[in-house]
Amino acid sequence: MEIFGIPTALLGSQLLVGLINGSFYAILSLGLAIIFGLLNIINFCHGAQYMMGAFVAWIALTRFGINYWVALIAAPLIVGAVGVVIERLMLRRLYKLDHLYGLLLTFGLALIIEGVFRDQYGISGESYDVPELLSGGINLGFMFLPIYRAWIIVASLTVCFGTWYMIERTKLGAYLRAGTENSQMVQALGINVPLLITFTYGYGVALAAFAGVLAAPVFQVNPLMGSNLIIVVFAVVVIGGMGSIMGSILTGLGLGLIEGLTKVFYPEASSVIVFVIMVIVLLVRPAGLFGKT
Amino acid sequence: MKTKQLAITTCAAALATLSAGASAQISGGSVKIGVLTDLSGTYSDLAGSGAILATRMAIDDFIAKEKPTFKIEVVTADHQNKADIASNKAREWIERENVDTVTELVTTSTALAVMKVAKEKDRIAIMNGPASTPITNEQCNDITVHYTYDTYALANGTAKAVTQQGGKNWFFLTADYAFGHSLEKDSSAVVTANGGKVLGSVRHPFPGSDFSSFLLKAQASGAQVIGLANAGADTTNAIKQAAEFGITPTQSLAGLLMFITDVHSLGLKPTQGMFLTTGFYWDRNEETRAWSKRFFDKQKKMPTMVQAGQYSSIYHYLKAVKAAGSDDTSKVMAMMKKTPINDFFAKNGQIRDDGRMVHDMYLVQVKKPADSKYPWDYYTIKATIPAAEAFQPLALSRCPLIKK
Repeated sequence: MEIFGIPTALLGSQLLVGLINGSFYAILSLGLAIIFGLLNIINFCHGAQYMMGAFVAWIALTRFGINYWVALIAAPLIVGAVGVVIERLMLRRLYKLDHLYGLLLTFGLALIIEGVFRDQYGISGESYDVPELLSGGINLGFMFLPIYRAWIIVASLTVCFGTWYMIERTKLGAYLRAGTENSQMVQALGINVPLLITFTYGYGVALAAFAGVLAAPVFQVNPLMGSNLIIVVFAVVVIGGMGSIMGSILTGLGLGLIEGLTKVFYPEASSVIVFVIMVIVLLVRPAGLFGKT
Repeated sequence: MKTKQLAITTCAAALATLSAGASAQISGGSVKIGVLTDLSGTYSDLAGSGAILATRMAIDDFIAKEKPTFKIEVVTADHQNKADIASNKAREWIERENVDTVTELVTTSTALAVMKVAKEKDRIAIMNGPASTPITNEQCNDITVHYTYDTYALANGTAKAVTQQGGKNWFFLTADYAFGHSLEKDSSAVVTANGGKVLGSVRHPFPGSDFSSFLLKAQASGAQVIGLANAGADTTNAIKQAAEFGITPTQSLAGLLMFITDVHSLGLKPTQGMFLTTGFYWDRNEETRAWSKRFFDKQKKMPTMVQAGQYSSIYHYLKAVKAAGSDDTSKVMAMMKKTPINDFFAKNGQIRDDGRMVHDMYLVQVKKPADSKYPWDYYTIKATIPAAEAFQPLALSRCPLIKK
């Protein structure tokens, strides 16, 4: 059977692959959206932090023999802690200034972090094997699905919706949202707002590192792996609506699917399609699909 | 400006005894070599700082062995794979710093831009990193040398061997820019000429990171061989993901441009059994091992063909300056073309009138992990492709300098 001249089997497999990529977009744009929504910082070193997550996992495995499962928890904690230090020492000074200052600072940090890793590990990248438990694949009839790719979808969706639940449905999340609306009032009620903000940045960074660990067995662990991805992720955030939590998750998944379809029908445009959509969305709904005007 | 500029004075002792007469033919009293390469991007492992090290080694060895009466200096810069940065830097070097030759120039676009500037200013350009054949065809000139390899030689080696071994049906995964197109075109021609068939191709954006969609298309095509007409991180990611999706070993991959640094970074598990064509392999004989170990001691990586070619070409250039007794462009170039190249890199290498340095190339197969006995023991040399067959014959040349 064929749809527009493309066999349905191929179409099905491309949609699934699109969903896998969408999972990466979702988890990365979620981190960006949280940081922007609650701190008003455009975190340009998100890609570098994603890369650090992958490298921490690789270093843990090759130097210390620490396996994938431990790294999946430990790497986000370590990179998140680095994020906390960055927030405390640098970002904190910029909250009162224009967005642009935070963007420039984090952009500079991204260049420095990538430069250090490049100097240390070169550009060719390092290989990280798929963990034993998740290696191999299942034949779905229309495609061979590597188990690890299925795991990516499960892990990333769990973390994404868990995060959404925490922010939208729990007391801690309520403090966070209140803190961004009126920090002085919340502070007056006895809540340590600066600590909350530090925690939020650390969490956003940890999400990036988590995505990095997920990506390590799929892509070559390489100092520039984040910079190739980050621009697309920014477009996802803009399309979803800056700061919208659910918006960034759904947009991430949706754009993964659209990109997957583009790769079937016109592969040359697959790197541009996200930006075309961004332009259209900005013209029609400047606040983004899920943003509030 | 990321430019790092290092000028080294290398032969103070020789200078002390330098007579006024001997330096008269050398402009400014010194020969100045510019190394313009990628120090920070995708190609910085295969060229980059290793190419600068190779240049320095060539100069040190030349001074120790040939005891020149002139001074030799090196300047280096990062062209960031951008043609405008490369041509501006080359112009600045030639106009203000009196650089005699601009070398390395990985990435076709930077190479084409710089060879124009160098020709306009009457300076020699020596290319080691770039791959595309237009350098010695449509764009050729009389003072540019394309030294290490090109897409014709790669296709002629790998695509021919794989097709002749029974890989008749091909599907190409091609990087969507000039280099990828050139490699796909050259390879398709070789496949067809050897009785094979090209079933299709897909062009992926450059640089890409997720190739699963494209690989699934290649899988659906039913081709026996998936030809990777890309380089660097694109190639390594594609190979890794092909293994993940169970494409290999049912279908086989042919890496049309792979460097030893790519194999090193992927490891032997996903790359075993692949054929590739190279101009240099460190473990080929005593001579190559001796030089490569010296390189390894400093760089902590074995040299790629680009880095080995850089050494060889710089040494050859300096020898020509000494023999000509001058750094005058046309005299040195005439000497470079006249003298055969005999070192650990090339035997009886010859620079043709189109600027192509022809030398033996090697068809190698990547070893199985169990067969690799020591670090960097990666290849088995399957065949030596003689210089006369390895490169595009002059009869097919599109270079206006070649009179037919």
